[in-house]
Amino acid sequence: MPMSVLRFSLAALFVAVAQAQELAPDALVKTITQDVVAILKQDKDIQAGDPKKVALLVETKILPHFNFTRMTRIAMARNWRLASPEQQKELTEQFKTLLVRTYSTALSSYRDQQIDFKPLRAKPDDTEVTVKTEMKQPNAPQPVAIDYEMEKTPNGWKVYNVKVDGVSLVTTYREVFATEVKERGVDGLIKSLAAKNRQGEIAKSGKT
Amino acid sequence: MAAVKRFCATLLLAGLLPGCATSGGNPADPLEPLNRAIFSFNDTVDGVLITPVAKGYRAALPGVVRTGISNFFSNLQDVWVCINNLLQGKFGEASQDFGRVVFNSTLGLGGLFDVATDGGFPKHNEDFGQTLGKWGVGSGPYLVIPIIGPSSFRDGFGWLVDLQADLVFRIDGVPVHNVLWVTRGISDRANLLDASSIIEQAALDKYSFFRDAWLQRRRNLVYDGYPPREKEDDEDSR
Repeated sequence: MPMSVLRFSLAALFVAVAQAQELAPDALVKTITQDVVAILKQDKDIQAGDPKKVALLVETKILPHFNFTRMTRIAMARNWRLASPEQQKELTEQFKTLLVRTYSTALSSYRDQQIDFKPLRAKPDDTEVTVKTEMKQPNAPQPVAIDYEMEKTPNGWKVYNVKVDGVSLVTTYREVFATEVKERGVDGLIKSLAAKNRQGEIAKSGKT
Repeated sequence: MAAVKRFCATLLLAGLLPGCATSGGNPADPLEPLNRAIFSFNDTVDGVLITPVAKGYRAALPGVVRTGISNFFSNLQDVWVCINNLLQGKFGEASQDFGRVVFNSTLGLGGLFDVATDGGFPKHNEDFGQTLGKWGVGSGPYLVIPIIGPSSFRDGFGWLVDLQADLVFRIDGVPVHNVLWVTRGISDRANLLDASSIIEQAALDKYSFFRDAWLQRRRNLVYDGYPPREKEDDEDSR
């Protein structure tokens, strides 16, 4: 009896995972966005700026669909190869924290923006696609374009770059990263990222 | 016009992080030391004066009123957007801009309501710098203009042309257009308060974050959202 319960829940788990894997990239972005917006709309704590709840939302709903290693690699460009595997891991970890904080800040300023999904321009066998969305803000007549660059992986489609009005969140870090590495080495860059993340920590805890 | 200014206003943000200030030797930014000095001046002015005023404005006026004010200036700006689309040979866009001005000025009560967007006439972002870019003029060195913010040699020149075409200056009476000019600036800045807090969180070195973001955005605008893919976008190319 317990065995069959276990088997059933395992089966359910596989179905859930398989569904996420099979979802087309545009459908995936749409589902996640709608989920997150629904939570933002009803959660009073998030609207009040509760950093813990925003972080939880980002971690459970958004993080699993991002490939942070690739994002870090793009930001590092040719310096990626200068970093040892441990440094690469540490860089990815710090950069991830920074991006997640940034994303959380953006989510807490959400106010009834309307998000439109553009039709996907891709061939069925494409392994890299750009999912285009537009965010309409109440005070601005012109929508903000938000593009998700995604790659196909065995675990489903993953986002490896986000562009806001054509500005890539990841490549914008390239120059700063290159300068830091040139002047202070890969460890210097890791330290700067960690310091920036600690600063965010203090700012957040100061607010609550 | 206001498009440039709006974006420049985005970039006029209060900063804490000249920390890792270095001359990075970016080929797009040969004037970096000068630009950094102007940037930090702008940042200070934004922090002590412009942001507090914009916050006050946002707190004092209800959303509907602020949207009306934004729409009013956006409608005036659409005339110049239309002319720039004509200059770029984008006649479809230009006729939409024309339609916007007609509908918003009449049904939208002098531009206070944006009825055109919902009626299928989307707003475009054009200015003279983009028109020059469309015809192949490169952006030239990056340039930070005092108070106005990030620009480039091309877009700085474009901005001077935009200023001549600015309808706010065509309105009679110096006090009136000064008031309008300041109101527009505050309204634009207030719309960007959330964006500035996001950038504050994101930037490792604010100066280069603004510069690199701004250069990418201008390129994207020149190509109307579809810039050719750069080799640089692929991680192993550099």
